[in-house]
Amino acid sequence: MEGIVKRFPGVLANAGIDFSLSWGEVHGLLGENGAGKTVLMSILYGLYQPDQGRIFVRGKETRIRSPHVAIQLGIGMVHQHFMLVPRLTVLENMAVGWEPRLGPLLDRRAMREKIEALVEEYGLEVDPDAKVEELSVGEQQRVEILKALYRGAEVLILDEPTAVLVEQEVEALFSTIRTLKEQGKAVVFITHKLHEALEICDRITVLRKGKNVGTLSASEATEEGLAEMMVGREVVFTVSPEPVKSEGRVLLSVEDLSARDDRGVPVVRGVSLQVYDHEILGIAGVQGNGQKELVEAIAGLRRPTSGRVKVGEHDVTGRSPHTLASRGLVHIPEDRHLRGLILTFSVEENAVLGRHREPRFALGPWAQRRSAIRAHAQELVRRFSVSVPGLSAPARTLSGGNQQRLILARELSRAPQVVLAVQPTRGLDVGGMEFVWEQFLKARKEGAGILLVSMDLDEVMMLADRIAVMYQGEIVAVLRRGEATKRELGLLMLRGKGAVD
Amino acid sequence: MRWTKELIPIAGAIVLALGIGAIVTALTGYSVPAVFKQLVIGAFGDWYQLAQTLTQATPILFTSLSFLIAFRAGLFNIGAEGQLYLGAFFSAWAGFSLRLPPVLHTVVCLLFGAVAGAIWGFIPGWLRAKRGANEFVTTMMLSYVAIYLTSWLVAPGGPYHGTQWANQTVRIATSAQFPRFIRGAQLSWGIVVGVLIAFIVWYLLFRTPRGYELRAVGQNPLAAEYGGINVARNLILALVLAGALAGLGGAAETLGTHRRFIENFSPGYGWDGIAGGLIARAHPLGAILAAVLMGALRAGGQAVDRAGVAPADLASVIQGLVIFFVVAPELIRYLRRLRRGKLGDTEP
Ligand SMILES: Nc1ncnc2c1ncn2[C@@H]1O[C@H](COP(=O)(O)OP(=O)(O)OP(=O)(O)O)[C@@H](O)[C@H]1O
Ligand SMILES: [Mg+2]
Repeated sequence: MEGIVKRFPGVLANAGIDFSLSWGEVHGLLGENGAGKTVLMSILYGLYQPDQGRIFVRGKETRIRSPHVAIQLGIGMVHQHFMLVPRLTVLENMAVGWEPRLGPLLDRRAMREKIEALVEEYGLEVDPDAKVEELSVGEQQRVEILKALYRGAEVLILDEPTAVLVEQEVEALFSTIRTLKEQGKAVVFITHKLHEALEICDRITVLRKGKNVGTLSASEATEEGLAEMMVGREVVFTVSPEPVKSEGRVLLSVEDLSARDDRGVPVVRGVSLQVYDHEILGIAGVQGNGQKELVEAIAGLRRPTSGRVKVGEHDVTGRSPHTLASRGLVHIPEDRHLRGLILTFSVEENAVLGRHREPRFALGPWAQRRSAIRAHAQELVRRFSVSVPGLSAPARTLSGGNQQRLILARELSRAPQVVLAVQPTRGLDVGGMEFVWEQFLKARKEGAGILLVSMDLDEVMMLADRIAVMYQGEIVAVLRRGEATKRELGLLMLRGKGAVD
Repeated sequence: MRWTKELIPIAGAIVLALGIGAIVTALTGYSVPAVFKQLVIGAFGDWYQLAQTLTQATPILFTSLSFLIAFRAGLFNIGAEGQLYLGAFFSAWAGFSLRLPPVLHTVVCLLFGAVAGAIWGFIPGWLRAKRGANEFVTTMMLSYVAIYLTSWLVAPGGPYHGTQWANQTVRIATSAQFPRFIRGAQLSWGIVVGVLIAFIVWYLLFRTPRGYELRAVGQNPLAAEYGGINVARNLILALVLAGALAGLGGAAETLGTHRRFIENFSPGYGWDGIAGGLIARAHPLGAILAAVLMGALRAGGQAVDRAGVAPADLASVIQGLVIFFVVAPELIRYLRRLRRGKLGDTEP
């Protein structure tokens, strides 16, 4: 790709980028939120047309007019946010728009055989007959990769694939990537986790504000050097919470809570926990052990089958998110597209989601205070450095990390007593992570209680005063800071109580 | 500007549809210039014809607003036709039964129409919100119920059979009637009220917390729930408002155009509202233009028929083509989004 320029109303997403990819190479693409990584790769995949610049594929100048053309050229992409149809099975999803036809009917057998061969070859374990909505994120990602390979991808673009994975899954993904590389295929790997880039990539390109600030071989690179290239300043990778004294007030108390998942299976089974003032309580666990349902049950988004939830003195079991918010509880949801944002709404409108009825923003139900809403959005964008094409631009046009920043800004600006945070730093660049951690520690210092659910063990271990390990719907252990090593925690997460012996 | 961006493809689609309409006309052996001349004269030829266009546009404006307000909340109101009939009948009832001073009487009649339609929207809204019943089906079924019910009310032997020579009620009191603009033409203040209501709907949707919630529920119910919005209540509210708007359209027909309730008075205005709402891209102010377009097609079609240059069927084909070409892209876009499902409508 040579001199790629892409402009959107209000932003220059790519400002003349050169980028090359060789066969048998894993090429890392790094850069801050909004640097233009996704846009650049979307151009290669034919989703956007560049305003200027040329693309060469196998040495020949090519115009990639649509993803269809890209696929025919052997280019496949797995997006930052998946594009699967939840109600269809894995097999059906792979067939969408790409059916090998046997007369008018879908040749399921041929498809199945080919898919099973791919599963085998690349170690991408999934059940072809499972419905996508029943799969974990990690599995959904494998489906996306399978889909691309099934369509004959020789160049595979992975946009922040590891943001949604736990460590074991990352390992599995890496071994798939290595297989691809050995076969002489090429992989573009976008990530915000520098150590991953150093581990798996051969070369690394760093983008900043739509420009290529350098391509270097991974063996020459260091985390510090890369971070500085990305941000233009030094970054810290860890924060150390200063000790603060809890007054022993219980801010959030969950008593013997049980809940079912969408299929009606009881996945939260009698969970009790307390979050105190001046405290961060981390919840560690392998995904799919009931964390999602637990959080939803606390947040008023899922009816518990039994048990209570109290915020301070108030029983809020089964109350709406609105009531919870008025008691000082905010929720940073796991899925920013499903819950956290209304993608077609503007930045302004999203900035007041959940607060749109507050007297500050509305004069009763029949009039909005538009200037107050605008000023508020402006303030959030400024304070949390959300980079947006404009306040009236739809949230859809924000880069992934900036969408997350907008949600964080909205929720943390409410001066909450209790924060329910699920994967809060997912998709954030190093600077953004640092900022969120600082915000959490600040809230903690000011007396708030934070329930932090994260699959990133390092994050939990760094921030949390206590860590509760969740396994098969139960809390199997609660440990104070420093009481367990990463390995011990990992074992608890994988095997539950049995691991302690 | 977003405006022009939306309007250019629509204008293109209209030209394309008229082009194909011309080919069909020629192929079926009629004179293209004669037919198109009548279409234009019938719709905009003189003040009287323009009034005809706007008379037809009036109820279509209301039903378009009805369709789009539900659509904004993610619902399909297919039952505007029935809501229109109920609104027309009950406003007529208030018009001939009550004795009130002029302006007040009109307002009361409008309210009767709105409330009757609203009740007819509440039922499917409630069923959808509390029982998950598909509003597509329920609004349509209730629509037929309303049409037959009002037919019976004015049929011979029915309680409000008002005149011997037709199935209709008696005339409403003068105090309830909308003033008309041109002697001999049915065009009345209904169109003014319609335009006013279009602005009110625009304000409601885009400038109030209520409208914000309604649209949020339509765009992403899970995020709406997360934002503390009561999804069920908004689904009901959307269909209540949709019913009320169609009911108002019926009232406008009664108070301005017919001055009584007449069985089968609507040639399908409720259905036109679906096309109108989609042509307007679900925008309340766009609905004004969409309704005028639909009204012009109807008035022009009638002129083609009356002048005898081609049968009414051919005019309907041309109308259909225009609607199809303007609506199709929007419909396809919508269906595609539906098919891609929840995970689909995402970046980039
Ligand atoms: N469809 C669009 N319309 C307008 N602006 C857009 C659109 N898509 C992307 N942008 C803008 O282009 C810039 C680059 O976005 P891009 O998604 O490439 O960032 P990114 O490097 O992938 O960031 P992240 O790490 O947050 O995913 C951002 O400022 C974004 O707001
Ligand atoms: Mg991105």
